[in-house]
Parts: sequence; structure tokens; C-alpha cells
Amino acid sequence: MKIVVPLNQVPDLVEDLEIADSGKELDFEVLKMKLNEFDDHALEEALQIKESSGGEVTAVAVDGPEVDKVLFTALAKGADKAVKITGANPHADNHTQARVLAGAVGQLGADLVLVGVQSAGDRDGQLGPLLAAYLNWPGVCVVSGLKPEGGKLTFHKEYAGGLMAEFEVDLPAVMGVQAARATPRYAPVSKVRQVQTTAKIESLAAAAAGDVPAASVEKMEPPVKGAGAKMLKSAADIIQVLKEKGVV
Amino acid sequence: MFERTMARRPKEKRADFVEKDNVIIHGVDISGHWNRMHSPREITSYDLSHLEQVTAVPGAESMGWCYQCAKCIGVCPVDNVGNYGPRKLFRLLQTGYDLINSPELWECTTCANCLRVCPKQVDMIKIMPALRAKAVMDGTAPNELQDMFKNASEYGNPMGESPRKRFRWTKDLPEDVAVKDLSKTPEEVDVLWFVGDYYAFHARGNDAAKAMARVFNRLGVNFGTLGNEEWTDGDSQRLAGEPGLFEMMAEHNIEQFSKQTFGKIVTSGPHALNALKNEYPRLGGQYNVEHYTQFLNHHLADLKKLLKNPFPHKVTFHDPCYLGRHNGEYDAPRALLGAVPGLKLNEMYRCKEQGYCCGGGGGGMWLDGFMADHVNMRLSENRVREAVSTGAEVLAVCCPYEVSRFEDAVKSSGNEGKLRVMDIIEILDQSMGG
Amino acid sequence: MGDVYVVAEHLNGELAEMTFEMLVHARGLAGGVGGSVTAVLIGGTDAMAAKLGAADKVIRVAAEADYNPDTYAAGLKAVVDAKKPQVVMAGNTSQGMDLANALSARNNMPMAAACLKVSAAGGNVHAVSQLYGGKMNVTSNLGSGPCVVTVAAGAVSADGGRKDGAPASEDGGKAPAATKLRFKKLIQPEKGDVDITTQDVLVAVGRGIGKKEDIEVAVELADKLKAAVAASRPIIDAGWMPKSRQVGKSGLKVKPKVYLALGISGAPEHLEGMKNSATIIAVNTDKNAPIFDVAHYGLVGDLFDVVEEMMDEL
Repeated sequence: MKIVVPLNQVPDLVEDLEIADSGKELDFEVLKMKLNEFDDHALEEALQIKESSGGEVTAVAVDGPEVDKVLFTALAKGADKAVKITGANPHADNHTQARVLAGAVGQLGADLVLVGVQSAGDRDGQLGPLLAAYLNWPGVCVVSGLKPEGGKLTFHKEYAGGLMAEFEVDLPAVMGVQAARATPRYAPVSKVRQVQTTAKIESLAAAAAGDVPAASVEKMEPPVKGAGAKMLKSAADIIQVLKEKGVV
Repeated sequence: MFERTMARRPKEKRADFVEKDNVIIHGVDISGHWNRMHSPREITSYDLSHLEQVTAVPGAESMGWCYQCAKCIGVCPVDNVGNYGPRKLFRLLQTGYDLINSPELWECTTCANCLRVCPKQVDMIKIMPALRAKAVMDGTAPNELQDMFKNASEYGNPMGESPRKRFRWTKDLPEDVAVKDLSKTPEEVDVLWFVGDYYAFHARGNDAAKAMARVFNRLGVNFGTLGNEEWTDGDSQRLAGEPGLFEMMAEHNIEQFSKQTFGKIVTSGPHALNALKNEYPRLGGQYNVEHYTQFLNHHLADLKKLLKNPFPHKVTFHDPCYLGRHNGEYDAPRALLGAVPGLKLNEMYRCKEQGYCCGGGGGGMWLDGFMADHVNMRLSENRVREAVSTGAEVLAVCCPYEVSRFEDAVKSSGNEGKLRVMDIIEILDQSMGG
Repeated sequence: MGDVYVVAEHLNGELAEMTFEMLVHARGLAGGVGGSVTAVLIGGTDAMAAKLGAADKVIRVAAEADYNPDTYAAGLKAVVDAKKPQVVMAGNTSQGMDLANALSARNNMPMAAACLKVSAAGGNVHAVSQLYGGKMNVTSNLGSGPCVVTVAAGAVSADGGRKDGAPASEDGGKAPAATKLRFKKLIQPEKGDVDITTQDVLVAVGRGIGKKEDIEVAVELADKLKAAVAASRPIIDAGWMPKSRQVGKSGLKVKPKVYLALGISGAPEHLEGMKNSATIIAVNTDKNAPIFDVAHYGLVGDLFDVVEEMMDEL
């Protein structure tokens, strides 16, 4: 089973976000980027599948700042192959990304593509189902509990309120992973450094994105905040509020 | 992740009694109960592969030198509150115990008290990081440590705080207490102050950092900091088994140091002192570095003139393992405390070379939850009880890990209100007028 | 032209709350584009259609009652191909994400996701997406041609979209059966020991709790307050608490009298599940955490310190 996991970097939301001078996007120059948390889950799930039922995991990322670090980290965690897609914009919208990835997946070959269910900057849709549509494969969002068997995969699709549905799909398919079966593993820097000296990242030229529907950005701004919370000074104040509400 | 392991520890095979019905030796019939003897213990039937695996790890060779004298057990701070110690580890290994996949791998705080008394120089300070590195590579380190490593690798500090907020503790300092951010505006300074994570990010650490800034300013020290560009020193990560992460942190700091012109580096913490003084040189970072108590002790005459307000309290002092045993400094902190008018120092029994560990070293800072299953009280609680028993009102410390550790322990050991925990710099600052 | 099509969502035999919220959005938008509001009900029942009175029309597509991404996407595409509405609106939900993205890619329709507001001006459709964990709003211009939007839950009250009485119904044909993707069964939420949706007081913990053992801190406080413990998604994903305790988009929606949020930053997915609580008290170390925007009372501080002090006071 060949599993491809596209990895995307997103702004670290621990940081204060800054808007570029254009007023239409984030200032990627000053932002601290990190691997999309959901992509980390997708990678973990891919590695878990490999470890429990065999397979080969390929991590794919569009060339950009720190992409080598992301890919070497994936290798250190246990991915078999890392591929850097060159000549594409890592900050492009999801339709363009999906087109580029569809080209890459076509060249690499895959039975299963695992994508993080969402990403902090999903303005024009989610990568997983867009990629599925461009590959003309079945695609399902918000999945967990993946179990491959033969050329099939059973999985859970999560709805609101803890309700889930079980599905079975003939591979190949694209899954938007909500959560891996285990917390994504830590890649020791010691191991990443070892991998850097022994492993190679393969390069793949990006296929032309072709015609994608574009919704242009008009502006980006922080949300107008309401009155917000009345700020308290101490735990005693909280108790006071709880008293007023009759809790204590 | 681990179950308590006593049950899994292999049992030594008991000797069997042997009593023969008829025994004739040299023609003399000695049949009877008095010929009873023990059959030989089968010590050679143990699986030695784990011991061999351990001693084959570069850095961990000395594990094999133990001859079971047990001097270490008397001084091991973990054995004091649990069932541990280098001698016991060796014996377990001899009997086929898989140390690398056991909780015992994470209990050592690298306090170095065992090494001090070991006739065979079994060096846990080298053994533990080397063995832990294997576990870290295999992904079997406790989750708390893995989270801490992840934070440090992503943010340059073990708490996962935004690196852009490292210098924020300075923002409410008054104008006459200037702290330079040399990473923004480089200039030549006498002292490059390595502030450290706890001083920069922890609320009680912030108090000490501000006290240090005031003391330096009053003393007229020409000093600066690396601002947001300082990363954690990496020593705790190294000792917890992530040498690559240590190198990553060290390389970054060394690069930052290389951009500055300074006379010496002064660290807030003993762990940073240890890293910069003893570990950074092999990565090309050679510095004149002192712990803040050492630096201030060198300016004791000037300092004394400023210590005007009495501090009329009974104080006891906790020697940090990495200032004392690891770097041989016992006098500087005591000289500073001795210079404070009105302060009376009551030593604890376990002090100086015999100082008892707070439990925070070697990664222990992040393993309190993990250790709870393996000790009957926290090391810090044990220490706080000892401090209280001296009649002290204040427990003075000079390691940034310790204020929060001991304050927690004061509460959890039921001594709230009986003992205050203060960084020495806070005491000096108070005496200068705060 | 100029019509707004709402993909009516149903789950477990009932129309989803999101459906009614979308009808409210769609009504406002339809005025702007000069068209009507049509609900597209795939695999639904007469009883569901009878609750779509806020729409001008309902197009019924025959399909299996249980949602199947492939079947439903094909059924929706057939309707859109035939009717060519200007705007197709779906929820930014588990189902809506499948359907909206597939339609956008296959029909080359521009798309905006997680919208708080969709409006029309000068013939163009504009949409405000809630991005970066609620820290940024981004306005997109979707042009004057056909487009797709997904709507973030809770931006408007669903009440305005609830109107009984079936609107005019039109046959949307039969959705082609999926060949590669098979629905097997619904899995009802595991009944936890506690039903957090019926509690008066909830103590909710988030990522800030740090490790599994420390959830005990919240449990002790909850015991004192006679409250139940709930959690945000990272705590559930880490396996530290059962799914039955999860508040938010993929968990449960709760409306307790008091919701005490400890170490929860307030991602939109979490806020969706708790913002209608009568009183929200939030404790977080980050004074800029979005939770403070929806909370009624806030305290900047370390949750362990705060809880400890509260326990002492209590």
C-alpha cells in the first residue's frame, strides 16, 4: 500500500499574526510557520497504518522556506520517502495546491492520500476533497479510525455531537484526517540530524496548475471585537461570580 | 506508559537445600542431617545481554564497573524517597532487566552525589544521557519529556512560549532600570547576561529577573541580554537524552554570542552555567562564564555598600547540584547571604557537597507526574521538610528551577505560611531597597 | 439566474441546525442577487421538506437516506448543472465540506469557506471567511458568476430559518448510486457516564492543561462546584478524556448556566459548541486568546494557580 501525505506549513497561532502591506494576506516574511497540526495527524495515521499493516509512506511538500526541515522530520518519524515539489507557490490557494498535488500524486502513484482535514488558512475550501475531485477519486472529510484491508479501506466519518458513520471505500481514495489513532509522535532532533546526513529528499517539478476557479481576496482584517469579557483580577473574583450565579 | 516494575523484576533463584541420605567421604560415613548444604546459586544462568547492551553504549561503559559496595544508595536522593540507586540498577541489569525500556531509566536527576562517593567512578551523569538517547530515538521516552523536547525544538524554550515574548518581562520595568536588548542594538558590554527560560517566562522567575536587573543597575554593571534571540541553554534536554536538540539550541546561542562583543557571560542559572562552561566549548563556544552568585561575589565590596536594609530572617540555603557538585561552587552564594545585614543562615544537614537534589535536574523538571508513581514523596517535598526543620523562615535558592518547584512543595507538604522561597537575588534586591 | 441554492443537511433522520442557519444567510443574500432561495434536499423525507418553509422552493433528489459523499455530490452536481444557480451554499460541516469542495472543483466554481457573512454588491458576491483560528476575517470577491460558499456555524441564529410548511417542491431526479464508496452504518455517540449537555455547570479544560494527570485538577474543582468536566478537541484527540465529554464542532453543543473554560484558547470550532452558555468564565495565560471575546468574565493567569486558589477559597 502506497500512502502519500501532503504536508503544509501554516502560521503558528501561538504568535500574534501580522497582515502584509497589501492588506490582503498575512505577512509571511515575519510569521513563524509550523506544520499544520492536522497534517501531523495525517502523517501519524499513515505511519500507524504502515506499522500495523505494512505499506510505504511518502511525505510530499511544496518547496518553500523550511520545507527541508519538515520533510526530514517526516523521514525521522518513519516516512520512507520525502518529495519536494519545486516551482510552485507554497502559499497558493487550496485549489491551486490541489491541482499541483494531483499532478504529483499522479506521478508518484498512490493507493491512499491522507491530508489533514483542515488548515488554518482554508479560505477557498479544503485541500482533501479538492484533491480528490481533481484526481477523480473518492474523497471524504473528517475521518478517523482508518482500517485498510486488501484494496479497501474502512473508516469513520465524524459528524457533530459524536455521531459517526462507518464507510468502506475502494482504493485509491483521499481522506481528510481529523485525528490519528495516537498523538503525533515527536521526531527527536538527534534523529532528524542523523537523517539529514543519510537520507535524500527527492525533487519533482510541479505540474502546471491549469485553470482553477479563483475568488480574489479583497481584504484581511482581525475581527471586530465585541465588548469582550469583563476582566477579573483573581480567583476570588471568579468565586464571587459563581456566588452571584448561585453555583456556590 | 510503564507499570510499576517491582513485579517485573526477575527474582533471583533461591538456593535449594541439599541433604543426602548416605554420604561417605574419605571412607567416613557422614550420613545424617548435619551433611546438609546449600547447592550453588545459579548466578550464571541470568541473561546478561541487557547489561552487555548497556555497557556497549558509548558513554555508558562505566555501568559495568560497579562492584556493589552500595555507597551510592546512601546518598542517592531518589532512593531516599523510593527504591532506586546505581547499585540497584547494576544488580537489575545483571539479572536480565531491560533498563532501557523501564521507568528506572528516567528516575535519575543526574545530581552527581553517587559519583562523589563511588570508588569505581560509575558515572551516571554520562550513563543516563547515553542510554536515554536510545530510548528517545526509539520514541519510548515519557510523553512529558517528548512534549518538552517538541516545545524546545519549535520555540527555543521548554514551555512552548512564543519566542517573541522572551523579552517581555522587561516591559514594566521603570526607565531607570535599563535592560539592553543587544540582538536589536548591539553594543560592547562587560557582561552578557544569559537570562534563561524561567526568569524570562515564569511569573516568579520574572520577579527574580527584575531583581537582577535592579541589582545590576545599582551596581553600575554595563550589561546586556540577547533579548528574544536567546534560546534555552539545552543542558536539561541533553541530560534527558536529546543530544541533537542540545546541539541545535547551543549552535543557535553560540551564533548569537558570536554577534556580540562582551567581557564575560553571567548566567541566572546553574544549568546554563554548566552548559556554557562545560559543554559549549566542544561545539566551538569558548567563554568566560560565571553564575550570577560568582559574579556578584567578585564585586562583594561594592555590593556590601548597597545592602542597607536589614533582612532580619532565619534563612537556609539549598545548594543547586549544578552549581555545587558539578561546578564546585559552594562559597559564593553563602558569601552573598553573609553580606546581607540581619540575615541569619541556618545550614541544613545535607548541604554543600552532600546537598540534597530538588528533583529538577536531568529532565526531572518535567517528570513530576511520571515520578509520582515511583516515589513516596517528591524530592522537593523532602527537601522542604528538611528546610523547615532548621527553623528557617526563608529557603534561599539560586537556581531558576527551584523557586517554582519549592513553592509547590511548600504547599503540597503542608508547610504553607511556614517557609518562604526566595531567590538570593531577590533577597539582595530587597536589602538594596527593592 | 441569481438564485441561491442551499444544500439542506440532515443527520440521523433530522434536519441539521445548520440548514436553518443557511436559510437565514440565503434569504439575505437572495435579496442582494435578486433571486429566490431554493433548498436542495438529497435523500430527505417529506417530514424534513415540511420544515423548509423558509425556502421559496425545495428540489428533492432521491438518494439513500444515509449520507454518502459520492452519491450526494453527484446528485447535487446534476441539480446545479441543470438549474445553474448563482450561489450554492453548504455548511462548513463534515458533510458540507465534502459536497462544496467537490462541486467547486468539478464545476470550476470559485469558492469561499467558513463564511460568517455572504452578501452581494454590484452584481458580485462577497464572502467573509473566518480564518486562522478566528484571528482573521478575510473578505473574498466571488465574482458575478456561479460560486460556492460554506457557512460557519453559529454566525446567525437559526430561528429565522425555522418555518414549518413545505414550500413548492420540484423533482430533482435520482442521485446516481456511488460505486466505490459504501455507507455501512451509523455509530451513535457512546453514552458517557455523564451527559454534558444537561449539566448546569461545566468545567472545561483545553490544551493548557498540558498533561493527562493534571485533568485531575479540573475534576477536583468540578466536584467542589457539583459540575461535570468537559474538554476541547485536543484533549479528546489525545485520548485523555472520552468523546462524550467533547464540546465543539465535532463534539457536543452545550448551554450550561455556567461554563468555566480553563486553558482553552477558543478556536472557532470550540466556540461553536459553547458560546450560547448563559455565563462563560475563561481562564487563560494569553490575554489575546479568542475565548475572552465570547466569555463574560475573563482572568489572565495560569489555570493551575487559579484553580488552586479557588480550591483554597472554597
